[in-house]
Amino acid sequence: MPGSSSNDLTAMTLAGARDALKARKISSRELTAAFIAAIEAGRGLNAFVTETAEVALLMADASDKRLAAGEAGALEGLPLAIKDLFCTKGTRTTAASKILGDFVPPYESTVTQNLWNAGAVMLGKTNLDEFAMGSSNETSFFGPVVNPWRAKDSNMNLVPGGSSGGSSAAVAADLCLAATGTDTGGSIRQPAAVTGTVGLKPTYGRCSRYGIVAFASSLDQAGPMTKTVRDAAILLASMASVDPKDSTSVDLPVPDYESVLEGGVKGLRVGIPKEYRIEGIPADVAALWDKAADWLKAQGAEIVEVSLPHTKYALPTYYIVAPAEASSNLARYDGVRFGYRAAHPRDITDLYERSRGEGFGAEVQRRILIGTYVLSAGYYDAYYARAQRLRTLIKRDFDAAFETCDVLLTPSTPGPAFGLGAKTSDPLEMYLQDVFTVTVNLAGLPGISVPGGLTESGLPLGLQLIGKAFDEGTLLRAAQAVETAADFRAKPAKWWAA
Amino acid sequence: MSVDKDTVRRIAKLARLAVPEERLEPMARELNGIFQWVEMLGEVKVEGVPPLTSVVAQKLKWRKDEVTDGGNADALMANAPGGEDHFFTVPKVVE
Repeated sequence: MPGSSSNDLTAMTLAGARDALKARKISSRELTAAFIAAIEAGRGLNAFVTETAEVALLMADASDKRLAAGEAGALEGLPLAIKDLFCTKGTRTTAASKILGDFVPPYESTVTQNLWNAGAVMLGKTNLDEFAMGSSNETSFFGPVVNPWRAKDSNMNLVPGGSSGGSSAAVAADLCLAATGTDTGGSIRQPAAVTGTVGLKPTYGRCSRYGIVAFASSLDQAGPMTKTVRDAAILLASMASVDPKDSTSVDLPVPDYESVLEGGVKGLRVGIPKEYRIEGIPADVAALWDKAADWLKAQGAEIVEVSLPHTKYALPTYYIVAPAEASSNLARYDGVRFGYRAAHPRDITDLYERSRGEGFGAEVQRRILIGTYVLSAGYYDAYYARAQRLRTLIKRDFDAAFETCDVLLTPSTPGPAFGLGAKTSDPLEMYLQDVFTVTVNLAGLPGISVPGGLTESGLPLGLQLIGKAFDEGTLLRAAQAVETAADFRAKPAKWWAA
Repeated sequence: MSVDKDTVRRIAKLARLAVPEERLEPMARELNGIFQWVEMLGEVKVEGVPPLTSVVAQKLKWRKDEVTDGGNADALMANAPGGEDHFFTVPKVVE
């Protein structure tokens, strides 16, 4: 695009940039350089833990050669940001923890390898809550991320959601075309919702977990964070794969999600779970939810009320299952084979205890202690075994609901982005951020957050759609219908680049 | 069931986590808040409900029991905070 400004380049969608590259209207180097400049100008947002400009330009040049030779992959030359939970060979991977502060993986995660195989360009590693434990990106060892969005007539900094807060902020601020995230209880969908972006958590098993720093292995799943539903479809198609290195990755063909987007929702049965109309839900969240049901109805969908009776037990169930798995997964950080080691240990026990005590932050320690407690002798049956049974009941709720509908429609979050520090004093208040998203992880289902509109104060709100297992196609088709009707075009003012 | 200072000390020991003495009491309060909230799970009858061990119905895959990787001791040692030759080092364990 001769004469185009770098602003035009960074505002592109993934699909738009892909088509412009294929048509040779722009080069990957030109596009990548524009994002590198945007990332530098956006350093005040603290969205990146590690910038990889040199690597990005090398990858971009290689992509331009392949584009010229007509050997382009599905994501050829497209600059992406990678959540710093995905191991990247030779590039520091921290999980936003002091304990992994200097860790340089000698291997690549399967998801990122899939992206590089498709020709994508790595711009850098994005900030997150430490070990993905948080809903505001405030537990990061590298400091909080600032949401590009501010309320009308306000200079107050807001959180970008979490745990994939660096990724959501980077996408919303046009610091990348799209980003990867991971979602254990809402960590893709909640940050997407509060930044006006699209976030998709695929079905458990759709993407390989190999090389992703583990939090809660039965819940963790990687997914795309993008500007549009189409972009999410494109990125997921490259991220997903069956992988011999992850025995829980599922051996199902990856559909061409992009080709089914425009199928429409005529005759689609959209379930509205009545238990999600929780007490104290803000009026604009409830109003947007009703409006979205009307949008889908106007496009020919059938709206049905459904019941998920165990909804209120999902969060407490999650706060037993996830810490239990985390306490086990995080046992590997012992100051011996890799990671932070405390200075001058007296003996081996002192080495373990102080390396972990000094290396893990407060929220991670809290969850390790919860997990250790609920798994300890005498408490296992009362807590962990009971939570596992509750999980069965929660999954059965969804199975029953999906007998009368094809997708579910809910709000993504109980409210818009909140102020930095507003919810850090009470862990429970922070945990409630995930009240609408956590059920989906417990049942292993796919869910997507799509921007629905702005609050009266001018902050984005998201709508969540939940699908049947491995039915991301229908989920994306419904999401496309919501996106079309919402016609969300608002962008944050670029105050940070001033 | 309530968590006190001594319980926090005990589970911190099990978790091999050094929690400073002055943090034990506040941590006990925080954990109590969380466990009191979790108590609501006691309302639900779970007798006869099997525990969910896998969200996706899937047979565990089999593979051949053979060596597929290895010979990369240098890479394995590259991130070790203490290491000599191809050995991880720790404080003396046996007198």
